[in-house]
Amino acid sequence: MSRITVPKTFKLYIGGKFPRSESGRVYEVVTAKGAFLANAAQASRKDARDAVVAARSALSGWAGATGYNRGQVMYRIAELLEGRRAQFIDEIRSSEGVSASAAEAQVDAAIDVWVWYAGWADKYVQVAGNGNPVSGPYFNISTPEPTGVVAIIAPQQSSLLGFVSVVAPALVSGNTVVVISSQSSPLSAISLSEVLATSDVPGGVVNVLTGSAAEVAPWLASHADVNAIDLAGAGELDWVDLQIAAADTLKRVLPPEDGVSAASVERIIFFTETKTVWHTKGLI
Amino acid sequence: MTFLDYAPAPESTAVLSLRASYGLFINGEFVDGRGDGFTSISPATEKPIAQFSTANDADVDTAVIAARRAYDRTWSKLSGSDRGKYLFRIARLVQERARELAVAETLDNGKPIKETRDVDIPLVAAWFFYYAGWADKLDYAGLGPAPRSLGVAAQVIPWNFPLLMLAWKIAPALAAGNTVVIKPAETTPLTAMIFAEILQQADLPPGVVNIITGAGATGSALVNHGDVNKVAFTGSTGVGRAIAKSTAGTGKKLTLELGGKGANIVFDDAPMDQAIEGIVTGIFFNQGQVCCAGSRLLVQENIHDEVIERLKKRMSTLRVGDPLDKNTDVGAINSRAQLDRITALAGVGVEEGAERWSPECEFPTAGFWFAPTIFTGVATSHRIARDEIFGPVLSVLTFRTPAEAIAKANNTPYGLSAGVWSDKGSRILAVADKLRAGVVWANTFNKFDPASPFGGYKESGYGREGGRHGLAAYLETSGWAAPGRQADRPKTSSKAISKGSQE
Amino acid sequence: MTLDHPVALAPAERAVQLIGGDLTEKSLRLHLEGLPGVDAVGLEARAADLGTRSIKTTSKAWALDKIISLIDLTTLEGSDTPGKVRSLVAKAMVPDASDAATPRVAAVCVYGDMVADAVAALGSAHSAGRDDGINVAAVATAFPSGRASLSVKLSDTADAVSAGADEIDMVIDRGAFLAGRFGLVFDQIVAVKEACRRTDGSYAHLKVILETGELTTYDNVRRASWLAILAGGDFIKTSTGKVAPAATLPVTLLMLQVVRDWHNLTGERIGVKPAGGIRTSKDAIKYLVTVAETVGEEWLDPHLFRFGASSLLNDVLLQRQKLTTGHYSGPDYVTID
Repeated sequence: MSRITVPKTFKLYIGGKFPRSESGRVYEVVTAKGAFLANAAQASRKDARDAVVAARSALSGWAGATGYNRGQVMYRIAELLEGRRAQFIDEIRSSEGVSASAAEAQVDAAIDVWVWYAGWADKYVQVAGNGNPVSGPYFNISTPEPTGVVAIIAPQQSSLLGFVSVVAPALVSGNTVVVISSQSSPLSAISLSEVLATSDVPGGVVNVLTGSAAEVAPWLASHADVNAIDLAGAGELDWVDLQIAAADTLKRVLPPEDGVSAASVERIIFFTETKTVWHTKGLI
Repeated sequence: MTFLDYAPAPESTAVLSLRASYGLFINGEFVDGRGDGFTSISPATEKPIAQFSTANDADVDTAVIAARRAYDRTWSKLSGSDRGKYLFRIARLVQERARELAVAETLDNGKPIKETRDVDIPLVAAWFFYYAGWADKLDYAGLGPAPRSLGVAAQVIPWNFPLLMLAWKIAPALAAGNTVVIKPAETTPLTAMIFAEILQQADLPPGVVNIITGAGATGSALVNHGDVNKVAFTGSTGVGRAIAKSTAGTGKKLTLELGGKGANIVFDDAPMDQAIEGIVTGIFFNQGQVCCAGSRLLVQENIHDEVIERLKKRMSTLRVGDPLDKNTDVGAINSRAQLDRITALAGVGVEEGAERWSPECEFPTAGFWFAPTIFTGVATSHRIARDEIFGPVLSVLTFRTPAEAIAKANNTPYGLSAGVWSDKGSRILAVADKLRAGVVWANTFNKFDPASPFGGYKESGYGREGGRHGLAAYLETSGWAAPGRQADRPKTSSKAISKGSQE
Repeated sequence: MTLDHPVALAPAERAVQLIGGDLTEKSLRLHLEGLPGVDAVGLEARAADLGTRSIKTTSKAWALDKIISLIDLTTLEGSDTPGKVRSLVAKAMVPDASDAATPRVAAVCVYGDMVADAVAALGSAHSAGRDDGINVAAVATAFPSGRASLSVKLSDTADAVSAGADEIDMVIDRGAFLAGRFGLVFDQIVAVKEACRRTDGSYAHLKVILETGELTTYDNVRRASWLAILAGGDFIKTSTGKVAPAATLPVTLLMLQVVRDWHNLTGERIGVKPAGGIRTSKDAIKYLVTVAETVGEEWLDPHLFRFGASSLLNDVLLQRQKLTTGHYSGPDYVTID
């Protein structure tokens, strides 16, 4: 007789804690074949609001950390992911219904992408910044800085790799994020949150909402304290409306993409603002 | 008469040879617009300068078609070095006709001749010269190998730096290989039309740059035209917001240079005389009609009274009047509408309980004038501390500590510019780090250079103009994908979805 | 750092009023170091901006006459002779023989041993305390280097005063200043001022030459200007003319700002004299503009502003002839001295 297993309760990840949705709602997460896997929390607009507050309060600490420090903290996540490799493969297989090798490839790719981005933390400024030779006695330098609070709609497919491919580039420069995970396969996102919670990533830097992007995303798109929105996984939503809502406070908007976003330094730079500082140079 | 009532030193307008009326510049030629024409007046005298055409929807379409054809048949096929040579030619022609352009700009805009002569027009030439050199070096722009141009750029520019904003838009667009349809503001179309003559002298291929005049409807038709790939706008946050909405989902690449409420922070160890000059430059340069103006003075409380006393004395030496006089420091407000807006907001400042002060000024009888003004006793909650006035009106607030200065400076939906004045380098750099603004001037203010990126945070817009960064607004980046064993990763596509008419 | 023995300084009246009765090297240093710094780029930009003023027609005519009336017509050569000084004085009295309406210069400026010759040559034109004549200014205190003992400097000064000098242009000890010995520089100025005292109890006017080209930094110029005023200087002067750079517009602007601040603080008016390197009317007009817009038109008066110059006068005369006659003049139509 097989052992009775102990299933996990999947909750939201907001401000470093794992609350249930304030609405008390859950929705069924099922396997590719339709079997019950878990009840995930169905986030409400108030959960989104709380997540934005958490992200905003975590911003100055995360953005203010040195690039070297952020890089190490992020690299530590990759180490922890590697240790939980079997768990992620298992969850991906069950929820996405993919083969073992496909699930393994996805997890490996996710870890590798994470490591790739982690290494950028203390370098992207050198690539995106510039010393500018202005015509006058001025020291002039341009430096990218994190945009602020970034709302992200993660890709629906490839639940772990998709999530990592949009969260890591926003994080690495010092943004804090509110992510709506894949609706049908939220397990990887929540398990990754558990990794984040036990790592050195401060609470509130990453906030994960599960549930209906169609319901929650408009609240994030129109939220005045959100600075940018990544619509990567919003291709099936009325994303033009989201972009229009985002325009009210001139948010930076990255449009939807097919599938998983390729890792690129451009993705890091998109969620940064270039600041140019002039300073007089006088010898006497 | 005293010495300080310097005898009039008017710049001669004989250098101008204006036409009675100007058409639209489409496909290398001047053609009549099909909308109702309009007259541009000199804001210093309210006298008419010339007639201009309004481009209606059909004219906009004609211009975009011309730009598309020029892009497909000519400009995208030219080598970078050939594009660069055209831009160098333009830079030289601007230098050659600099005086004429300066006089025309002052006449049409109302800003002092010393600004158009010493700032606007030299920067126009510098901008073309700078980007000319980029045209054949795009591989080095930091956007990956062989970045591609976008196609047709629709550009709408404001009236505060008419020709300079045109240069900020056209120079990088052409260097990157795009063609352009640009619309100058309806109160300041003159220098754009003289620039069109320069393009003819430069023998720029027809259609590469098309200049259409008109008001908001023309601009709206242009940015919403289905066959433009890029929209660049400089102007108010309100219009920028509308453009962001109307272009949503179209896949048009958008850059916006919008409003601001710049904080000019003066610490008690500031180089005092230079700080006073910087405050004056920050808010009275171009009559304060500058998006990056230092319109909020944040002064450390322990030197507030001294700073205000010195500032008032300095303001009393500002010479307000005929913009064509070479000794004028503060010229005319650009339009009746803008004067009304400034007047209304200054009235609000008084109602809110702030203390208003201006030096004695004698104004000409005609024209649009507003005396340099400061408000003391302003609280962060006052409208004059939050709304962009876009005029020569300074709101003075105080702070006690660096942390408070930073918090107050950042307490705005805008984020375009800021100034920091201190003799302590480490404090300047730390404060600059924490300011949420795209341009921070330390112990200086309102400096511009083609090599220096300019643009805002938050509701001041997005994208940068100037420098290497300015090219990114006009290029499709090929992407700097993570190298390595692609086979390790699931097949992905990073192609952006767009729901636009040009799909 | 050790606790300094407080070195008491000569109790110059202005310094005592501003800094306090227990005037020491240390209290002076703290005071000077508390002055706001100068940003070189901003200062130079402001000077350049003032230099773009366009002074035309009636304003220009007024300015040219004003410049002449503000000139300390100068000869400071090892080869100076009584003949050379007489020629200089003749030019000072009648700058342009073709136009009697041409104003006279403010003063002639010579070495101390030439004072008697200058006084003799001026005759009744010598102001000798009157407001309508021409002053005789003498450089003193081991000009231009200032490298001599205090007693030599004081007798140098006293000699010139007793020979009839109305004004003494002293140099500060730049070496002491750069070594941080502000008290020494201060005490010397106080002592020289005392040496300017005539037997009747009146004083020759004291111009304190900072030699800004050797002080190098603008912060030093501001401190030295302030120090010279505190010690009792009637004028602060940029340069000896023997060190490059001599007078520059930014340095003069800075010194005018000090004078303005002093006036705001105490109500007292201090003079400024840029000297050396100002050779054209165009340049000199920039200085007039800078004076008028910084400290006020009131300062465009020989009591409060001078040009230390020699070749400037002829250029002004040429410009003046152009304004009068309507055509350009040439160097053979003005006299060399």
